[in-house]
Amino acid sequence: MFFEDSVTMSRLLTTLTLTFHVIFATVGVGIPVMISIAELLGIKKKDRHLQLLARRWTRGMTVTIAVGVVTGTAIGLQLSLLWPNFMQIAGNVISLPLFMEVFAFFFEAIFLGIYLYTWDRFKNPIYHWLLSIPVIIGSTLSAFFITTVNSFMNTPQGFELEGNTVTDISPLAAMFNPATPTKVFHVVASSYLTSAAILAAIAAIMLIKRKGSAYHLKALKLTVTATFIFAILTAAAGDLSAKFLAENQPEKLAAGEWHFETESGADLVLFGSLGEDGETQNAIRIPNALSFLAHGDFNAEVEGLNETPEEEQPPLWIHYMFDLMVSIGMYTLGVSALFLLLWKVKKWNEQNNILLWLIASCGPLSMLAIEFGWIYAEEGRQPWILRGIMTVAEGATTSDHVGLMFILFTALYTVLGVGCVTVLRKMFKDHPAEAEFEARYREAAAAKEDQ
Amino acid sequence: MGYEYIGITVLWIFLYGYLIVASVDFGAGFFAYYAKLTKKDHIMNKLIARYLSPVWEVTNVFFVFFFVGIVGFFPDSAFYYGQALLIPGSIAIVLLAIRGSFYAFENYGSKDNHLYMFLYGATGLLIPASLSTTLTISEGGFIEETANGVHLLFGELLTSPYSWSVVFLAIVSVLYISAMFLTFYAARANDQPALELVRKYALFWSSPTIVASLTSFIALSQHNPEHYQKAIGLWWMFGISVAFFMTAVLLVYNQKFYGWAFIAVMFQFLFAFFGYGASHLPYILQPYITITSGATHETMGITLIVVFIAGLCLLLPSLYLLMRLFLFDADYVKGNK
Repeated sequence: MFFEDSVTMSRLLTTLTLTFHVIFATVGVGIPVMISIAELLGIKKKDRHLQLLARRWTRGMTVTIAVGVVTGTAIGLQLSLLWPNFMQIAGNVISLPLFMEVFAFFFEAIFLGIYLYTWDRFKNPIYHWLLSIPVIIGSTLSAFFITTVNSFMNTPQGFELEGNTVTDISPLAAMFNPATPTKVFHVVASSYLTSAAILAAIAAIMLIKRKGSAYHLKALKLTVTATFIFAILTAAAGDLSAKFLAENQPEKLAAGEWHFETESGADLVLFGSLGEDGETQNAIRIPNALSFLAHGDFNAEVEGLNETPEEEQPPLWIHYMFDLMVSIGMYTLGVSALFLLLWKVKKWNEQNNILLWLIASCGPLSMLAIEFGWIYAEEGRQPWILRGIMTVAEGATTSDHVGLMFILFTALYTVLGVGCVTVLRKMFKDHPAEAEFEARYREAAAAKEDQ
Repeated sequence: MGYEYIGITVLWIFLYGYLIVASVDFGAGFFAYYAKLTKKDHIMNKLIARYLSPVWEVTNVFFVFFFVGIVGFFPDSAFYYGQALLIPGSIAIVLLAIRGSFYAFENYGSKDNHLYMFLYGATGLLIPASLSTTLTISEGGFIEETANGVHLLFGELLTSPYSWSVVFLAIVSVLYISAMFLTFYAARANDQPALELVRKYALFWSSPTIVASLTSFIALSQHNPEHYQKAIGLWWMFGISVAFFMTAVLLVYNQKFYGWAFIAVMFQFLFAFFGYGASHLPYILQPYITITSGATHETMGITLIVVFIAGLCLLLPSLYLLMRLFLFDADYVKGNK
């Protein structure tokens, strides 16, 4: 039975843990950047609204970071529990970045603790802001190191394998494999983008509820500007990633694009469906665009999926994941650009409800795009766990109890998810920003006058 | 000394670090719940929260560091422990996840939830119990390797006197270490009511700790005579450990030098833990993995050590800053900041 098949269940459990973890990992990388920007601008412009913004974001972030830490610990252990054969081989080669990731995480954990509990301890606020820098360095470096491990699984190099014995290890070659630059760039840029988009969505929804709040309008302007910048970076990273795929993993790009025959001037296929004979139907075709995406030349030759042996082909449904990810990215870029345009042209109103709703939609959509992108990247290297070297089935545990553990972890993530949402809602609903602003700064101002 | 010995020493230091910082944390959870039951929570809770809030994430890293490190230095351990420990490992993850996230939820969200306090206290004892089974298994006799893979022999594990004596030792040591730390912290904060309370806890848990250590030794002699003989050969390490134990208890009993008392506790466990570790060698998992057979490729081993030294240069000053701000800043500890 399906439930008792340890390979299938190991795959499902890993998927479950990672889809849940990536939500918190993404905001854990991106939100510190936004907090740091808000705090710095607040100090420079002596704008108390922005300072309060940094404080409130930080408070929310602590809850998501906690869930990120515990689910990250889970995936760290599950790597060995569910994929012991894989770790026995690959552990020889990837332990360097894994080790360094823990150091980066350690560094972040220390400074996050200090940052959280020293808001009012320094006379000069810039000292407190400085503490946000190591937090950003730590979280972004974590993302960097862990992404190199995933890159290695896509384009393994830096070792020789004879049977089960690994020899000739070059740790740095394994870390800086061909997939590393584009993957890291894409992961970091899209994490910043998604975090900015989520914070923008919160600001937009608050503005829809409370028209004319100065605090939320400043939050909106800051976050949408950041969304726009990070969306451009993400698009650039996506373009480089496609060129990388065409070069190094043509079967992933071909499956994602339903590009079967090798040809020059290949069309880009948007959405659509597959007929019984494998014919693409109902799709929007952009002539020669795939060639441009893959090689920067409208007439370049793009390798088709038929070049890959059938048993080594990824599933074709990843096409939808690819298209959804790209569409959401373009949509977010468009909406944030529209907002900036309306804001800069004075006589137009950037606070109309339709636009605010569009911005609000970008937050959850961006997080979905992260999930779609990861599903595309991971399913796109099936059936391999180490592309070209070890299949997923060879890497999995032989234990009979993975199905049971799947149920256990489903329950855990449900509890964590519900707990996280409940606590976050309670935290902000019961303490609106305007009231906190009054309490914190009017009192401070009054106290100063009395002296 | 080969790189694999440096590797295992580094890992053992981190596991020791985890043992100390996690014990403080786990035991604090239990005491917080116990104080609530006996209506003394108003005395205890502020003290615990002030110390734990800034450091709980750091505690977690010590653990992650150890298991990432052991897989890095000794990839074979991923294979054997990974296959065998699916169920106990998953249970430990779930307990750690509930504890870690609910700690944050409570601290930044809803306060004073009874169920939460219960979970926080209960997981504080269950986690050390579940993690300590890994050490038990490493003595051999609890897993078998067949053509179908590696399996944990649950029946053997659950009926072994040795495994239960280790679980018992883990739990009482956690309570003892934690109470000793809280005694020091309360004295530092000049919080007399809290000090009287936790001082009693510390003295109470000291005797089961030393009794459990002896029982584990006896159970080990039955379960793994070879290891026991090697431990006897290192008798002086365990002797020093007992001397530090007596120093710590005497200082706390006489109500002075609480800081030195806690340092003595740290040395007590340092010597016991390294004595145990040294006598365990050359096995990492008896009889499947030895320190030389299971070690990673030399290039990787040396790279890991280089990175480790570089990492320490970054971490030690940061840890020092963290401790200065929250542990040794008298004003902060007293609640003035």
